[in-house]
Amino acid sequence: MTQTDMPRNALVSIADLSFAYDSDNGNRKVLDGINMTIPRGKVVAIMGGSGCGKTTLLRLIGGQLRPSRGAVTVDGKVVHEMDDKGLYALRRRMGMLFQFGALFTDMSVFDNIAFPMREHTNLPEELIRDLVLMKLHAVGLRGAAQLMPSELSGGMARRVALARAVALDPMLIMYDEPFAGLDPISLGVVGQLIRRLTDALGASSIVVTHDVVASLKIVDYVYFVSEGRIVAEGTADEMIHSNIAFVKQFINAEADGPVPFHYPAVDYRQELFGSP
Amino acid sequence: MNRTTLDLWVGFFVSMGIVALIFLALKVGNLGGSNLKEAYAITARFDNIGSLKVRAPVKSAGVVVGRVGAISFDLATYEAQVTLNVDGRYKFPKDTFAKILTSGLLGEQYIGLAVGGDEKMLGAGDTIAKTQSAVVIEELISQFMFNKASEGGAK
Amino acid sequence: MTTSPAHFFRAFGNRINNGIWHLGFASRFMLAILLHSGMALRRFPLVIREIYFTGVMSLIVILVSGLFVGMVLALQGYDTLQRYGSSEALGVLVALSLVRELGPVVAGLLFASRAGSAVTAEIGLMKATEQLSAMEMMAVNPIARVVAPRFWGGVISMPLLAALFSAMGILGGYLVGVQLIGVDEGSFWSQMQSSVDFREDILNGVIKSFVFGILVSLIAVFEGYDSEPTAEGVSSATTRTVVTSSLVILFADFILTALMFRG
Repeated sequence: MTQTDMPRNALVSIADLSFAYDSDNGNRKVLDGINMTIPRGKVVAIMGGSGCGKTTLLRLIGGQLRPSRGAVTVDGKVVHEMDDKGLYALRRRMGMLFQFGALFTDMSVFDNIAFPMREHTNLPEELIRDLVLMKLHAVGLRGAAQLMPSELSGGMARRVALARAVALDPMLIMYDEPFAGLDPISLGVVGQLIRRLTDALGASSIVVTHDVVASLKIVDYVYFVSEGRIVAEGTADEMIHSNIAFVKQFINAEADGPVPFHYPAVDYRQELFGSP
Repeated sequence: MNRTTLDLWVGFFVSMGIVALIFLALKVGNLGGSNLKEAYAITARFDNIGSLKVRAPVKSAGVVVGRVGAISFDLATYEAQVTLNVDGRYKFPKDTFAKILTSGLLGEQYIGLAVGGDEKMLGAGDTIAKTQSAVVIEELISQFMFNKASEGGAK
Repeated sequence: MTTSPAHFFRAFGNRINNGIWHLGFASRFMLAILLHSGMALRRFPLVIREIYFTGVMSLIVILVSGLFVGMVLALQGYDTLQRYGSSEALGVLVALSLVRELGPVVAGLLFASRAGSAVTAEIGLMKATEQLSAMEMMAVNPIARVVAPRFWGGVISMPLLAALFSAMGILGGYLVGVQLIGVDEGSFWSQMQSSVDFREDILNGVIKSFVFGILVSLIAVFEGYDSEPTAEGVSSATTRTVVTSSLVILFADFILTALMFRG
């Protein structure tokens, strides 16, 4: 897939991406030949079981890891070919919501959100104050501006981190397991916020998750990843009615299917009673 | 932590540290003491300077009047050449005697100036004519033994 | 039987390999810190904050320890000196021991245990909770923003702490020697003044504490940054900081003493 093939409204384009951690026990491929397109203004979900490489994918898009093969192109530029300056310029237009928030624990909520503004802009403090309060208001936590991260509940921390991720009005927002460990109300809140902020900013959102219910409510497109490969893709509706075995097992939360219940082991009878 | 309280504490800490350094430098060390007003340099030659070091005191009548500036070896005369920086307030006559003495029994060595009666004073760059080298224990012992041997022989 | 010694040597070789690799990595890390120190020095409030957390918070430990070390020196020193009738040299003994050796070394060890371990834990925890990653993704270099200020904070704090330690120790020695035991006050100070040379002793001591400050700060910051992002990883990194710093201080002290006090 060359740059000219890329549809005009695709913000992120991933072509034949492969990645493996160099380790002594062979090159275990985390990702193998991934092809993806993230259009502008859409919310795309990447789903799969734990450890299938979803977080690695986000790190590759953000330039924290280099691909073993293939390329990630964001807004027309290949990420791993950029120099430090280009990479930092790119990252300033991206927002990332880390799992469990990753708020700076030595600063207040206000300072956390003001952080990217203070680091990258020369805006006067009064303007920064207004912007921070606006972002907090968008996530419903304007009254919590002076709290410290240790005083926040999980859901609140996630929302503050979301406000921080959109502090500079990014064109691409990435969410690493935004629904993990939240109560039903917070799940609904975060889901709504993801949809609303994406639409309001005209940005693209990539949501890495394995929460089927919460994400299928808000996403435009879904990629299913299993063992480093894309096994299915389509709109939320298509996925719900899909006949692909892996997708069915995932969406219907079946205990056994393409992802087996039993970890590979010796034959049961043999292990209990010795070899016959 | 409030910005200004933090700055206050850090300022307090840094100033305390600097005070400690100054205390060490002046009260504990001898930085304050080594100010020789308008020192002038005179040289003295010795056969043996023993363990005299640079910056050793130069005393006269027990009072520190200067410091040893430099020690070098004179190839022409095979003697040690010592430069003394003497405080400008003190002038010494031309026939001053320069001796290398030891403070205490095993202490550090210093230069003692014993004055003569000459009317003319030493100026900058002058050389002290009369010097006495340091006492070297080995020579003392060998001299003692030589004396003892000659005594025994004479008997 | 033949696999056992081969296995042992391979494991041993691996450890040395790892150690050398670690050393190389640490040197590159030090270079990175120096290169990115521009931001830390331009935004000095960041460094001031770290001077507070490493220096000011260590003050009590340093001052109290210095006082007690000085007092013990006076007690022990007097016992030996008065046997040779040289009890007036107590001031010299206390001052030289502190300024040349105990001040920089003990203050360095205390600094490593208190401030060094705290810095390692802080940075390690930030790594474990993905705060450093988040900073990177926000296009802020964590080495410039988090690591360098802590490094320079430690480098600035350490010589000051060592000086305070020595000063308190001499004070403690004075209290015990002169006030308690009864050594002559005049000769206590005058002998000290004539025997302690600014350039030879005090300045060398300051240079030592400066070198120790650089070493301890580098180790603390490196272990934190390099730690495993788990709870056990952070705790073992903290222990490593204290142990490695202590050993490095003592080793560097030997080298510096040999270089400085050869005459």
